[in-house]
Amino acid sequence: MSTEEATVTAERELQGHFEDKIARDQRVEPRDWMPSGYRETLVRQIAQHAHSEIIGMQPEGNWLTRAPSLRRKAILLAKVQDEAGHGLYLYSAAETLGVDRSELTGKLVSGRQKYSSIFNYPTLTFADIGVIGWLVDGAAIVNQVPLCRASYGPYARAMIRICKEESFHQRQGYELLMTMMSGTAKQRAMVQDATDRWWWPSLMMFGPPDGDSPNTRQSMEWGIKRHTNDELRQKFVDMTVPQAEALGVSLPDSGLVWNSERGHYDFSEPDWAEFRRVLKGGGPCNTQRVERRRSAHEDGAWVREAAAAHAAKQAARGEAAV
Amino acid sequence: MSFDNAYEAIAEAHPEGDARWAFGTGFEDPLSGVDTTVPDGIDRADLASYCLMLGDDALVLAQRLTEWVTRAHELEDEVALANIALDLLGQARMLLARAGTVDGSGRDEDALAHFRPEDEFRNVRLVELPRGDFGRTVAALLVFSTWRLALLNRLTGSADPVLAAVAAKAVKEVAYHRDYAARWAVRLGDGTEYSAERLHAGFADVLPFAEELFTPHAVEHRLERDGVAVDPAALRREFDEVLDQVCARAAATRPEVTPVGTLAGRAGRDGIHTEHFGYLLAEMQSLARSDPEATW
Repeated sequence: MSTEEATVTAERELQGHFEDKIARDQRVEPRDWMPSGYRETLVRQIAQHAHSEIIGMQPEGNWLTRAPSLRRKAILLAKVQDEAGHGLYLYSAAETLGVDRSELTGKLVSGRQKYSSIFNYPTLTFADIGVIGWLVDGAAIVNQVPLCRASYGPYARAMIRICKEESFHQRQGYELLMTMMSGTAKQRAMVQDATDRWWWPSLMMFGPPDGDSPNTRQSMEWGIKRHTNDELRQKFVDMTVPQAEALGVSLPDSGLVWNSERGHYDFSEPDWAEFRRVLKGGGPCNTQRVERRRSAHEDGAWVREAAAAHAAKQAARGEAAV
Repeated sequence: MSFDNAYEAIAEAHPEGDARWAFGTGFEDPLSGVDTTVPDGIDRADLASYCLMLGDDALVLAQRLTEWVTRAHELEDEVALANIALDLLGQARMLLARAGTVDGSGRDEDALAHFRPEDEFRNVRLVELPRGDFGRTVAALLVFSTWRLALLNRLTGSADPVLAAVAAKAVKEVAYHRDYAARWAVRLGDGTEYSAERLHAGFADVLPFAEELFTPHAVEHRLERDGVAVDPAALRREFDEVLDQVCARAAATRPEVTPVGTLAGRAGRDGIHTEHFGYLLAEMQSLARSDPEATW
C-alpha cells in the first residue's frame, strides 16, 4: 500500500468513526477527528452566533441611559452584560475549533461575517426592550434549545448555559410588557406598536423557508441542527399566540388562525424580500451596528497595545501578571 | 430543558393577580433584617441629605460608566465596567430609598432619581464629568473608588444601622472597583508611551475635582459629631497613600493641579454642578418624565 493509499484508508476509518459517533448521538470533542466541512460549518455558525450576542447588545444598550426606573435600568444592564458573557462563551467554543477570537472580531468589523439580521432594526421606544425579551429572546430560545443537544460538545455545553439565561431574559421582557399593559393608555399603545414592528422580523429569525435553506440538510445529518427552519417557526408561532392573548396585544397578521386539522396555527409568509435585503446590508441599522463595533475596536487599540506592552515588560522583569 | 417547555413559565397565573414578578438582579431586599428606624437624636433632614450625597455620587457615576457598554476596547472590560455600574446602581437605590423614607417626603428611589431638578442633586462634580477616553475613566474611577472605599470602611460603624449595612455590603464591591482601576492604571502607566500619556492626561482632568471629595459640608460636620457620618477630610491621608502606591507601580507621576473653583464656596454637595450635568440628567430623566403616570 502506498503512503497515499494508507492516508486515504486512515481518513476513511476516521470518517467512519465520526459518522458512527454522530449516528449514536455521542458528542464530538475538540481533539476528535472531524471532517473539514463539519469544522467549517461549526466555526461559521458559532461565530455568527457570538457576533449576534455582541451586536445584540446595541439595540438594548440604546435604552440603558434612559431606562425609566432604576429597577429597569439594573435589569437591562445585567441583561446586556449577560449578552457580552454569551459572546465570550461562544468565542471560546469557536476557539476550540482552531480559530482565534481576534480573527473573528476582525471578520465582524470588516463585514465579512454576519450576525442575526434582527439586530439591524432600531429600538424606538422602551416597549421595544420588553418585546425584544418576549419575541426576540423567545425566538432565540426556540432556535437554541435544540442546540443544547448539538453534536459538538463545547457548543452544546455553551448553549445549555446560554439558554438558561435567555429564558430569564425572556421572562423579564414579558414581565415589563405585562407591567406596561397595566399602565397608561400611552404605554399600552407603545407595547402594541412595538409588537407590530418586531413580529415579522422575529419570524425571520428562523431563517428562510425550508425550500430555500441549502445548508439545513447537511447540518441535520451532522447533528448540528435538529429541526428545520419551518418547524421551529411553527413552534414559535404556536407558543407565542397564547402569550399575546394573555398580554392583550394583537399580532399583525390577518392570516393568523388556528387550524384544528393540523393542530397548529396557520400564518402568513413573512416578506422574504425584506429578509434578503436586510441580510445584504439594507436594513435600517446595518451600517450603524457594524460601525459602532468597529470604532470601539479601533478606538481601543491603544488600550490593548498598552496591556500587551505591560505584560511583555513584566515578563522581561520576571514579575507575576497584575 | 426540553424542546417543548422553553416558554413554560411565561403564561403561569400570578398569585393574587400580581403581574410583577421578581427576576434578575437585586430583587431580594439587601436590607432585610436591618432595623430601619432612625435612632433617637439623629436629625432626619441631615440624614436624608447625607444619603442623597452618597447615593447621588453612585447613581451619577453608574450612569457615566454605563455609557461604556458597547464602546469598550475589549468585551471583558465591557463586562467589568457594566458590573461596576451595576454595583453602584445598587448602592444608589438603597441610599435614595433611605433618603426618601427618612425625610418624610415618601419619595421613592425613582421619584428622587428621575423627578428632581439638577440643583437638588448632591453628588460631587467629579462623577458627572464626561467619560472621556479609557485613560480618563480609569483615572476617575481610581480617584473615586479610593476615596469611597476609605469612606465606606469607616461608615460600617455608623450610628445609623442602614448606613452601616449599606456600607458593609458596598465595601466589598468598591474594593473590587478600586482594584480594577488600579490594575488598569498600572497597565496604562507602564504600557506604551501613548498609554502613559493618556493616563497622565486623565489624572490632569479629574484631579482638580478631587479637592471637593475632602471638603466637609455642614451636614457632614453635624452628622459626624453624632457618629453617623464620616468627616471626609479624615480620608485624605489614606487616599494619598493609595494613589502614591499605584502611581509608583504605574511609573506615573501625579500631575500638579489647581483645584477647580467653587461658586462662593458652594459645589456639588450644595447642588452647584458642572455644565455637563444638565445633559446627563436630561437623558436619564427623559422617558420617566414623558409620562409621569406610567408604571414601569
